[in-house]
Parts: sequence; C-alpha cells; structure tokens
Amino acid sequence: MERHLDDELQKLKGNLLKMASLTERAIHDSFEALKSVNKELAEEVIERDEQVDDLEIDNEEHAIELLALFQPMAKDLRFIVTAMHINSELELIADLTVNICQRVLELSEKGGALLTPINDLPPLADNAKWMVKNAIDAFVSHDEPLAEKVILFDEKSNKFRNSVMECLVQDFMVKDGKTAPRAVPLILVARDLERICDRATYIAEEVIYMIQARMIRHHREILNQDPPAESL
Amino acid sequence: MSQNFIAIDGFNFYYGQSKCLKNITLGIAPKEVTSIIGPSGCGKSTLLRCFNRMNDLIPNTRIEGTIHIDGQNIYTPDVDVVDLRRKVGMVFQRPNPFPKSIFENVAYGLRINGVKNKEFIAEKIEQGLINAGLWNEVKDRLHENALRLSGGQQQRLCVARALAIEPEVVLMDEPASALDPIATAKLEELIVELKKKYTIVIVTHNMQQAARISDITVFLMQGELIERGKTSEIFTRPTKKITEEYITGRFG
Amino acid sequence: MKSYKKAQTKFLEQVVGFGFLRLCMLIILGILSVIFFDIISKSWGVITWEFLTQSPRNGMAEGGILPTIVGTVLITIITAIFSVPLGMGCAIYLNEYAGTGKLTRLIRISIRNLSGVPSIVYGLFGVALFVEAMHFGTCILSAGLTLGLMTLPWTITASEEALKGVPMSYREGSLALGATQWQSIRTNVLPYAIPGMLTGTILGLARAAGETAPILFTGAAFALPGLPKSLFDQFMAMPYHLYIMSTQHHAIEIVRPIAYGTALVLILVVFLMNLSAIVLRYHLRKSRQE
Repeated sequence: MERHLDDELQKLKGNLLKMASLTERAIHDSFEALKSVNKELAEEVIERDEQVDDLEIDNEEHAIELLALFQPMAKDLRFIVTAMHINSELELIADLTVNICQRVLELSEKGGALLTPINDLPPLADNAKWMVKNAIDAFVSHDEPLAEKVILFDEKSNKFRNSVMECLVQDFMVKDGKTAPRAVPLILVARDLERICDRATYIAEEVIYMIQARMIRHHREILNQDPPAESL
Repeated sequence: MSQNFIAIDGFNFYYGQSKCLKNITLGIAPKEVTSIIGPSGCGKSTLLRCFNRMNDLIPNTRIEGTIHIDGQNIYTPDVDVVDLRRKVGMVFQRPNPFPKSIFENVAYGLRINGVKNKEFIAEKIEQGLINAGLWNEVKDRLHENALRLSGGQQQRLCVARALAIEPEVVLMDEPASALDPIATAKLEELIVELKKKYTIVIVTHNMQQAARISDITVFLMQGELIERGKTSEIFTRPTKKITEEYITGRFG
Repeated sequence: MKSYKKAQTKFLEQVVGFGFLRLCMLIILGILSVIFFDIISKSWGVITWEFLTQSPRNGMAEGGILPTIVGTVLITIITAIFSVPLGMGCAIYLNEYAGTGKLTRLIRISIRNLSGVPSIVYGLFGVALFVEAMHFGTCILSAGLTLGLMTLPWTITASEEALKGVPMSYREGSLALGATQWQSIRTNVLPYAIPGMLTGTILGLARAAGETAPILFTGAAFALPGLPKSLFDQFMAMPYHLYIMSTQHHAIEIVRPIAYGTALVLILVVFLMNLSAIVLRYHLRKSRQE
C-alpha cells in the first residue's frame, strides 16, 4: 500500500542527505584550510555552518511533526528516531569542523606556517571523512555490515589521535618550547577529528538499531571484534 | 503453564463450514492487560467471545481444543455458563446500559444472581461505581435513567455493572470505539487502573490504544495467531514481517 | 466527460415526483372523507341515548342496539383472553428460543400464511371445532375463540416485531452478567417489548371486533329478545347487525338510518380501541425513558 507517510519519510531522508553532504564537504574543506592555513577557506566553512544549523532545525521539526501526526510504529518509528539522532550528530560534526577552522584562524594569526608534516594527521582526517561518509551510506542503503565496519574503525581513529598528540607533545612542545603555541591548536584539531569519528560511530550504531532493533551502544562486544584488515 | 490465568490450547472455532480461529495457542497472564489486535474479520472478537462463551448464542458454531480459565476447562459439558459469565465479565463495543436507573443498572448483575440484601447491594454499587471512576459524577443522581449519561459515562457504567459482581476477568470488545477522545482517555486510564485487581483482555482496532494500555499484545490475522509479545516490543520491534506491516499501516 | 443534468431539469423532475406522491395521498384522503361524511351525515339524527341503551323493538325497525354493543364487547374480551397470552407466548418462543432451523422457518411461514386465510374459513373451522367437536354450541365462547384463532397470526407477528425491536445488546448485556436466558428475557427484553406487543395486539383485536364472517356460524343471532346471560348463549353483534339491517331486513329502506347508526358506533368502537393502543404505547414508552 502506498502511504503518505512514505513520502514524508523520503523527504526527511533527502534533507538528511543534503545535510550529510554539506557536513562531508565541511570536513574536507576545513582540513584543506588547515593544510594551507587558508584563512578565507576557513571563514567560508564557518559561514556555511549556518546552512547546516538551519537544516538541523528543519529536520528536527519535521521529525517531531511526523511523530505527532502519524504516530509511527516499529520500522517507521525506528527510522524517524534514527533520523533525529543522525540529524543532531551531523550538526555536531559540522560544529567540530567549525572548531577546526577556528584553529586555522588562530594559526594564521600566530604567523602560522604549517609545522613540519605530521604523518598521522592526514590519515586521521581521511579516517573521519571515510567514517562519516560510510555511516551515512549505511543509513541510506540499510547496509548493516557497513555500519558495523564503521564502528570498528573507531578504534583506529583513537590510535591515530594518540600518536598525533604524542608526536606534537614530544617533538614540538617538550623538545622545542618555542613551537608550543602553534602545536596546541593542532592538538585540538586532532581531538576534534577524533570526535568526528566518534559521532560517525554513533550514527553507525543508530543505523544498526534502525535495521535490527538492537541497541549496541555501550555494548560493542556484540560485534565481531576483528580489527579492520584493509587500510584506507 | 501455571502462571497463565487463561490458557488457550489448540483452539479452533468454526462458523458453519468456515474456520474462524485456527489452532490458537495462547496464554494470558493474570492481572495484566492483554490486547488483541488485527485487521477486521481476523477473529479477534470471536476469540474474545469464546472466553465467556458468548458465542454459544450463535447457531451453527463449533469448537475444537480447550480454553482453561483459572485451571478449569470452560468448554466441558459440566461447566455452568452462567457461573462462567459471572466470573468473566464483558464490556461491549457500544455502551449498552439498560434503560433503567443508574442504580438499577449496576444492581442488575447482583439481583439476577439472587442477592436480596439491600445494604449489600448499595455497598457493591458504590464500590463498582468507584472502581469504574464514575462515582463522583453520578452519586447525586443514582436514580436517574442511565440513558441520560454521556457515551463515555455510559461505557464506564457498563464497566461498573460488570465489576459489581466481582469478576476475575474483564473482557472488553472495542470498548472505546464509540467514544470521543476525552471519554476514551478516561476509559484507558480506568483500564490501566483496573489491572491491579483484574485480568483484562481487550480487543481493539486502535493500535495506539493497544500500545498505551496493554502489557501484552497479540496479533491475529485471518484467524491465526501471528505474534504475541510484550507491547513495548511488538510496537518497536516486532519479530514477524507481517506484524510490522500491519502495525505500520502498510496493509489492512 | 460526463454530462450532468441541468439543475432546472432536476428541479422539474422533483416537482413532478412529489406532485405524484401528493396526489396519491389526496386520493386516499378523499375516499376516506367521503365514507366518513356519508356515514356521519346519514346517522347523525339516529344516535341518541336510547339508541345506545335499548334493545331493538318492533321487528328491529325501532329501538336501540344495546345487545349488539354488549355482544361485540363480550366476544372481543374472549378473543383477547384467548389470543393475547397465547400469541405473546408463541412470539417469545419463536423469537427468543427457537433457533433458526428449518422447523422454525416452516412455523413462521405457516403463521404468515394463516394471517392471509379468509375470515369465512375461520368461521367454518370454528363451527367444526368449537361448535361441533367441543360441543360449545353456537355461543359467545365459540365466536370469541374463533375470532381469537383468526387474530393469533396477527398477534404473533406483531409481538415478534416488538421483540425484534429490543436491541440485541440488552440481551447480551444481561447474559454477560450471568443471567440465564429466561432471566434475560423476563427482566431485560419483555419490559421493553411489551408496549409494542400490546399495541399490535390491540390493533388485531380492533380488526376482530369488526369481523362478520367468523361469527356468522358460530354464535351471532339474527335477533334476540334480551341480553345474553352466559358465555354459552347466543348474542347479537354490531357487524352482523349491520349486515342484517342493510341486506336481510324486510324493510331495508325504513331501517337504513339504524344501519348507519350501527355503522358509526362500530367505527367509533374500533377507533377507540386503536386510540387506546396509541395512548398506551405513548405512556409505556415515556415511562421507560424516565
């Protein structure tokens, strides 16, 4: 049976995807801005965040309306609840990219030529991008294995962040105190990137709830704990 | 299982040649609200009416299998249907107060069961009306005709009437389908309240209602029991695809 | 594209349709008023206190019609005593107890058919059963019972309709409270069916009061000197009297006013019975709703 609710759910999904693409672009651009300490690009990303904020509010209102008007059950209910979670997670991710861009502005004020390449920072950024993209893909295509994979990649992001921080602290703060002011923003960037990975993990968990109606948050041991074999 | 107050086992119900209930096996726990949901004509009312043998009134019907209530098979020949119905009360789809006074409506069940003591009757009536949440609304006009009450009050009067003879089970056949939303809300509050004392089985078309008030939900389709489970699980994560499709309104 | 009728055409159709229905009603009303006007105008002078309280005199060419009134009232009472309880009981059985089997259907069909049997046939049956076989002779009792038989199908059908009018929910409601079927019928069906049963029955009785054929052979007399003294006496009755006065009397022209007077009284008696049925129903309904 064709349902009016289905149209509405599609609309909600479409708006979420719009938001996801904006967010992914923000992650990408913020990191690009960081690499070249590009003040203009950073400002642009910060400005664009408003669109995400607006979309978040629209989506949330839409979802609440659907709950009130259709009183959905089962699958529909889980879809809407998941959509609401993903909606706020994406908004948080966008905010984290704004944080990164503010670090870029800070760096550019501090005369901020980029520090010598830190090997782990680009992989961390790539990891974040990959996780967000695939968490959303899993949501769109109801792909449970993909969602599980995303969750397992969270481990990796923690390792990346730890090694970035260790490197920054050891090489640019302890060994050479002068570079410390420019190392601190990078530590914060590493933390933000890792947080993006956390949010993507939450999204993936929600997707699994939506598909399977089981809550795996805080119970990741349910998943197969093989560390992801393939590299990015 | 001993913890089931009502135990239906391999139950078939025939109306003429057609099989309306197919091999139903189901346990209903005491002092809980169990909802039976399903599309029109799925046999949910028929099943409900088997619990107090109201279907006996319909000619050309036949059953197979057993229904035990409180350990007693209600379909053996030595069962007194009148006794059974006193134990298993029923509230119908449309409020059906008798065109008598409010007092006499509630007294009816006591009187036909031979109670003569006036004080006892008055006490039971008050209790019944209090339990049905109607006492405060009608205590000053007990001798008015019950038909003057609003639809919602009439339905709660029917609940009071059923409660006055102290049943153990209360069956409700779409009790709110003729009521407005506010009367429905009051009735639902009442049902949740009543489960402290009674085992309640309710048939409803309204899935939100089943979700709001019941502990256990049973889904019937075309005379077959498709799924039985905790209401909270049935409405968020049913195990059968067909249940999911029904409760999300994809058919029916 | 569908083509719709013009509003004007539709309006015209409605005017014609209602016009036709109104005409039907007017024709009936016209016939009725002609009958009433005829009877009343020709009998107006005849109806006096003497007419109602005296016996016929002088070869029925003078005097009143008291014995016929008494006779009609008596046989109607016998009819009522016989057919009301029997008819109601039968209706209760058929509607409440007898299932929907073939036998019940057969009984029902028979009853429907009986109500269509010509009244003269009942008269003959009455002679055979009450007068001859049961040795009551031609008398009030035989005539009353014969009329009772004739009204039974009416009483049963009307009572059954009244019982059908009691909502199923009253029965279910009381059964679900642990009432036996008889308790349910007695306390929760009959009280609400009785107004309808009574009105139907009274209408049947009113019809019986006006019948001639069934009493023709079973007890009605051409003329009697006085009032009947027991149920086993013959009697005079208004419809039969009317028949005699208008066709059998040796001086029809002279007694015509008496015939018209009798007709008016008969109509009034029947009318009063119908009216009482209406009043009774109204009061019982009202008391039920209080």
